[in-house]
Amino acid sequence: MSPHPASENSGIWKLIFGRLDWSAIPIHEPILIGTFIAVAIGGVAVLGLVTKYRLWGMLWRDWFTTVDHKRIGIMYMILGLIMFVRGFADAVMMRLQQAMAFNGSEGYLNAHHYDQIFTAHGVIMIFFVAMPMITGIMNYMVPLQIGARDVSFPFLNNFSFWMTTAGAVIVMMSLFVGEFARTGWLAYPPLSGIAYSPGVGVDYYIWGLQIAGIGTLLSGVNLIATIVKMRAPGMSMMKLPIFVWTSLCANVLIVAAFPVLTAVLALLSLDRYVGTAFFTNDMGGNPMMYVNLIWIWGHPEVYILILPLFGVFSEVTSTFSNKRLFGYSSMVYATVVIAILSYLVWLHHFFTMGSGASVNSFFGITTMVISIPTGAKLFNWLFTMYRGRIRFELPMMWTVAFMLTFVVGGMTGVLLAVPPADFVLHNSLFLIAHFHNVIIGGVLFGLFAAINYWWPKAFGFKLDRKWGVYSFWLWVVGFWFAFMPLYILGLMGVTRRMRVFDDPSLQIWFEIAALGAVMIAAGIACMFIQFGVSIKNRDKLRDTTGDPWNGRTLEWATSSPPPDYNFAFTPVIHDGDAWADMKKRGYQRPTSGFEPIHMPSNTGTGVIIAGLSIAFSVGMIWYMWWLAGLSFVGILAVAIGHTFNYKRDFHIPRDVVERTEGERTRQLAMQG
Amino acid sequence: MSAHEQSNHGHHDDGHAHGTFGSYMIGFGLSVILTAIPFWLVMTGYFANPQTTAMVIMAFAVVQIVVHMIYFLHMNTRSEGGWTMMALIFTLVLVVITLAGSMWVMYHLNHNMMPQMQGMSAHDMSQMP
Amino acid sequence: MASAPTIDPAFLDKDGKPLFHLEHEPHHPEGSSTMLGFWMYLMSDCLIFACLFATYAVLGGNYAAGPGPKDLFDLSLVALNTAMLLFSSITYGFAMLAVEKNRIGATQGWLAITGLFGLAFLGIELYEFAHLIHEGATPMRSGFLSAFFALVGTHGLHVTFGIIWLATLMVQVAKKGLIPANQRRLMCLSMFWHFLDVIWIGVFTFVYLMGMLR
Repeated sequence: MSPHPASENSGIWKLIFGRLDWSAIPIHEPILIGTFIAVAIGGVAVLGLVTKYRLWGMLWRDWFTTVDHKRIGIMYMILGLIMFVRGFADAVMMRLQQAMAFNGSEGYLNAHHYDQIFTAHGVIMIFFVAMPMITGIMNYMVPLQIGARDVSFPFLNNFSFWMTTAGAVIVMMSLFVGEFARTGWLAYPPLSGIAYSPGVGVDYYIWGLQIAGIGTLLSGVNLIATIVKMRAPGMSMMKLPIFVWTSLCANVLIVAAFPVLTAVLALLSLDRYVGTAFFTNDMGGNPMMYVNLIWIWGHPEVYILILPLFGVFSEVTSTFSNKRLFGYSSMVYATVVIAILSYLVWLHHFFTMGSGASVNSFFGITTMVISIPTGAKLFNWLFTMYRGRIRFELPMMWTVAFMLTFVVGGMTGVLLAVPPADFVLHNSLFLIAHFHNVIIGGVLFGLFAAINYWWPKAFGFKLDRKWGVYSFWLWVVGFWFAFMPLYILGLMGVTRRMRVFDDPSLQIWFEIAALGAVMIAAGIACMFIQFGVSIKNRDKLRDTTGDPWNGRTLEWATSSPPPDYNFAFTPVIHDGDAWADMKKRGYQRPTSGFEPIHMPSNTGTGVIIAGLSIAFSVGMIWYMWWLAGLSFVGILAVAIGHTFNYKRDFHIPRDVVERTEGERTRQLAMQG
Repeated sequence: MSAHEQSNHGHHDDGHAHGTFGSYMIGFGLSVILTAIPFWLVMTGYFANPQTTAMVIMAFAVVQIVVHMIYFLHMNTRSEGGWTMMALIFTLVLVVITLAGSMWVMYHLNHNMMPQMQGMSAHDMSQMP
Repeated sequence: MASAPTIDPAFLDKDGKPLFHLEHEPHHPEGSSTMLGFWMYLMSDCLIFACLFATYAVLGGNYAAGPGPKDLFDLSLVALNTAMLLFSSITYGFAMLAVEKNRIGATQGWLAITGLFGLAFLGIELYEFAHLIHEGATPMRSGFLSAFFALVGTHGLHVTFGIIWLATLMVQVAKKGLIPANQRRLMCLSMFWHFLDVIWIGVFTFVYLMGMLR
């Protein structure tokens, strides 16, 4: 924020609070004040309830400090859902603004606020909704599907989660203290440079992403090591469940792409903090280099998001068609090819920047080539369904909706890959419609399929079908209403990120889009009602078999929810669809001969370092150098201190394993 | 089980090759030579044509990197079932894509969008409008 | 050990072992994933440097009417610095040889020498930076200098963290001896240290030597 004229900006104030002063609190923004009051009341209520029922100890011991991949997975999902509500609120506000701001009306959002909203919407949806949710699902399912007891580095897993959360906290703080970036979700310089964005917005953006990026990178390393090193005996690479394969490729992309984001944001922060000349207009800087570098990260990023969900769709399709997946090995090769090609297409995000015919044609062609392996996948799913006994349970419904929606998104993507067409459509609402078409139709529908598919595994009861169906139809229909108008508007030349419009003939399309957004809002509400109703009726929806869908992969071989140690005995695999193979051959669950099981211990180090990282970021954002310095030293000290703890494991005693497994034996017997 | 840190049993069966005194000394000797020659070439201006020098010292750098990989980092195709080698090759491909791609793209962008910069030895973009 | 599980003989393989599970917990060696995980981290770090090299390659000619490499670089200083790093590499190698022979004293000695070479490297680099800044060649002066300081400085920061890590490990070896956990950590630091060497080969070739040829 700009320096406040008041006397409190004296030397000592500056020394302690940096550039933070009362003008940073948005008391002049009624929307923000309302939000703040609602959040404060809700927050106090939650804290009060937790205190009243004395849950703090339980939360700390069983959840915050846990190294259990299943609990961490669930925490990722909760984080993703909370941030999804925030990101969607931003979306609804934009839709309303654009539907209103015609015929001389300014709408209800001023430019300063509107620009923050479209930036925050993009940042939150990608980094704090899609990323945590796919990481959560991978975290939960990958070790179960490969028959492992946990990930390779359980502490690192906890740490990664808390770093991601810390990033989310930093971004959320900007809502009430200071401002968020007004630059669009990738913060292109020179707009994001200190000259044009002197406020704290871009700094919130940088530090939120840097802190969360550390978490993402480490969880990528962790899952790769897990998949490579911890597979059950007999599970060769070509017997991996397809979801594990797609997760492996997504995590390889994470490890290969996120360093680029880290580096480019670090250079941008050097420009902002030190005054270097990387992306400046003068002194030999080159803003185009930022665009180039950030898309070297940015394009693989979209495949990081979609690949694991291709895996989900594959699992769902084969389970609910009661068939082995069609073309398993072609699916694997298609995934690997997509992963590699995703590194060769980044320039299609800036065809119009002027690199000329030779460069543009190269990247246009590579982009179009990607549609070949993707198309192969689609045919594989269709052939899996062909002559299958398809059960239209909720996960399968989402999968079919995905296939229809994603194909349209893919086709418009190929259209945009043609450089001359892109010159017309670049930065138009057509582009917005395209990427929402693939991200909602692919990533979100995939996440909903995954949630409906694996919820019974995580909690031991199915999700309510009625509310799930409501949510499904509202979402799917709402999606088409919300984004088809944007294709049309884009073709007519309407650009993105506009706040007010002159041409009244456009208004009807924005109104239809707003209607679509309202339907989606109802769909989201139905989803939360679905969760609530299912939890309330959990006894009726209970599944004691551990295998409610007649599944094919290992996670269905254990109880729901799985015990801390996942499998009482390490499974041995003879076939790609391991659990289907075991069932076919009349597998009998062993009921004796248990042994103590070696497990990692919980630790609070992750929470502490993440907390210190927030303090460090606040110090950097507000120029409170003492705070930044102290917390940085603190981070180092805690991290080094942690390495002096050599005793990080324990054994679950045999009688505990026997008791847990005995309980399951009784449950299965009751089932009959 | 869950790997990582922890207690006292288990020992080095990580599949990593280990150096010997001899292999370390060979690596050291080679890297000293491979460092000294490029420095000598540049400091004495041995080749009249700087382009030749550049090509030669880049070749030396590549060889030296390979030497370090083999003798100091003990890279081989066997350790970790070939996964480290695969990761390294994948990374090198990406490094080449990032470097060559950026230079190619940015060269064309500069060429098309900042024509006045071409051919100047000292680029001064502050003179841009 | 536990009594044999009661299983229908139809589900035993020909050796009488159960078909679908292991009777006994497999003995996973401690930290069996650590080396691979750390290698993945190094590869990601390598890509950070790739970005910095790419930035230097693109911006390295933008002097903004300021000083260029020929005005600034002192190759004999760089040669000295490179020598420090090479020496530290071989001494770290000797430390690892001492680890294999389980000789704590020798290990600590070689580690200390490695640390001193590392410090010498940092000292020379800081001297060079101070000299440049004193001459007005600050990171803010031009795109070339920004990219130069970012690339060389990031390498220097890595060396700094390597030295902090090395000191921590020396304390841990002193406290716990060469237990497998510490051996593994020394192995990781060894990879980190030699990896920084490899990066430095790129730096002195690409930045310093080729800079003098411009």
